[in-house]
Amino acid sequence: MSLSPVEGVALAEIESDPDASAPAAKGVVGRSPGQLAWLRLRRDRTAKVSGVLLIFFMLLALAAPLIEMVYGIGPREQFQNLLDGFGMPLGYAGGVTGDHWFGLEPGLGRDIFIRLIYGLRTSLFIAFAAALITATIGVVLGALAGYLGGWFDAVINWITDLTLAMPFLIIALALTPTVTLRFYGERGQVSAAFGVGVLIAVFAIFGWTSTARLVRGQVIALREREFVEAAKASGAGLAHMLFRQLLPNIWAPILVSFSLAVPQFITSEAALSFIGVGLSDETPSFGRMIYDSLDFLQTDPAYVFFPGIMIFALVFAFNLFGDALRDALDPKSSR
Amino acid sequence: MSRFLIKRLFSATLTLFAVSVLTFLMFFALPRDPVSGMCPKNCSPERLERVRDDLGLNDPLVSQYAGYMKGIVTGRDLGSAQGGRCDAPCLGWSYVSNEAVSDTIARVLPVTLSIVIPAAILWLLLGVGLGMVSALRRGTWVDRAAIGFSLTGASLQLYFVGAVLLLVFVYNLRLLPVPSYTSLFDNPAKWASGLVLAWVALAFLFSAIYARLSRAQMLETLSEDFVRTARAKGLAKPKVYGRHALRAAITPVVTIAGLDVGGALGGTVITETTFGIQGLGRTAVDAVRSGDLPTIMATVLIAAVFVVLANVLVDLLYAAIDPRVRLR
Repeated sequence: MSLSPVEGVALAEIESDPDASAPAAKGVVGRSPGQLAWLRLRRDRTAKVSGVLLIFFMLLALAAPLIEMVYGIGPREQFQNLLDGFGMPLGYAGGVTGDHWFGLEPGLGRDIFIRLIYGLRTSLFIAFAAALITATIGVVLGALAGYLGGWFDAVINWITDLTLAMPFLIIALALTPTVTLRFYGERGQVSAAFGVGVLIAVFAIFGWTSTARLVRGQVIALREREFVEAAKASGAGLAHMLFRQLLPNIWAPILVSFSLAVPQFITSEAALSFIGVGLSDETPSFGRMIYDSLDFLQTDPAYVFFPGIMIFALVFAFNLFGDALRDALDPKSSR
Repeated sequence: MSRFLIKRLFSATLTLFAVSVLTFLMFFALPRDPVSGMCPKNCSPERLERVRDDLGLNDPLVSQYAGYMKGIVTGRDLGSAQGGRCDAPCLGWSYVSNEAVSDTIARVLPVTLSIVIPAAILWLLLGVGLGMVSALRRGTWVDRAAIGFSLTGASLQLYFVGAVLLLVFVYNLRLLPVPSYTSLFDNPAKWASGLVLAWVALAFLFSAIYARLSRAQMLETLSEDFVRTARAKGLAKPKVYGRHALRAAITPVVTIAGLDVGGALGGTVITETTFGIQGLGRTAVDAVRSGDLPTIMATVLIAAVFVVLANVLVDLLYAAIDPRVRLR
């Protein structure tokens, strides 16, 4: 699958060093590789700034109902009285006022700020859930494929190639309505939670292969090491082998790939909403807002810019943090 | 070498076969009645039944699939309701647009090619060039600017960049016409001016990624012994960097470029939607919206063919760049 072109790069960069066990710090205090990475991360200015920004975004998303209470406007409230005869918001920059910080949507007259806050919530939830699920499936299947080899490895490899050859956007586009139809029939009222669930499932089906590929490569590099042989000789079972012996050695690249997968899923969710699948208009979402706003590009550019800049800031922060994390976890990193 | 090629082609064919079966199952065997989508609103039951018969939907799935595949290879007779004889490569008949799907594809494929190929040339040159320059000038302002550029580009969304470009160059400055497709052979100037925004938007976002990757690769290569040896024996810098180092650094770039270009040829859905150009991707989206199954099937298959072919091509390029691969 290729959710976004970044993926390949991320993989290529992550896979650089399989056994990134940092040399023990000289001196009196011994530090674990994890502690060393944490120290490096804390010293990195980019990591600090992007980390704070991410926490801020997550807090915004978590506190959406609270913000709604303080702000006093709901995501579905309409302010038709603030629109002119053509449905365009009155005032400057798309109707930005003290009451409506980011202005109003043309047509329905809903408040953009509170819709963005709820859109953030939708986006982050979907992205984190999809990243968690794909990481879990990918780690288990990738580790099994790498460790067992043989036919299992061949099958997993082949499925990976297959998903790469399928055009993700078109398949997702075609599959989502079909699945929805199957569950709801022609006229059923689709609940928002179901739409979110279908999206996460589609991401999970297509997304696990990249993690599986990464983990498989790492496991193959470790498979012939002495410690694996030693564990095998002392009679370790398969689960112990995978999760107690192998996994602790490769958590660093997995963590990095997880942190870079989240922005990818945010982007993909927006892209899917943008081409009109995924979430219904009821659920606020970034892609959906941009798609709706393109019709007003000439008449109300502010409507395009607020969601566009918001999603850029979010993905940018994630990418910066992912980069910093990779540098911190890589003992060979020169930065 | 030829054995390697045959092996690759064989596995590519196998992948394509699997994609076709999967797509077929996904869209033809799922419970949604394909006919209700293909038939315009308020079809009478008799007409529905006739369409179903025409499509062979009452036949067993396997023979439906066999018929479809046979149509691609040798062409087949679809019956009078579907335009009669359908020559190879026959992709079926669309009830939504009332034409053979292969005709639709023949119309929209040049559009997507015209978007992707110039854009790919642009993004590869820009991306790899920028990556090289920033690796060679490591730590200077050039390097920092390039890193900033690639980080920004990697986080921007195509639809947003496209919207901004449209707003600035088409609606405000009025330097360019509203994006549209004209055949290159009819009017090259109009072809270019209608598509240049799409090229720039794609190239900006993609080159960011290539700049990052080729910078990292180049830095790694520059610290290798053979580069020092080449410099030590007195080769000029441009020759060392341009021939020795670049060749070693470029292999991962080629892999990703193959995947990206292959994927993009299969349909630049977002680009085409943003700029309102009717190419393969937009056609697929429209087909999904109207439930036009034969067209969906065809677009998915074509996209898969491009990705798989691009992969084979990448392997061949590898052999050309890196002589060690040929020995396998």
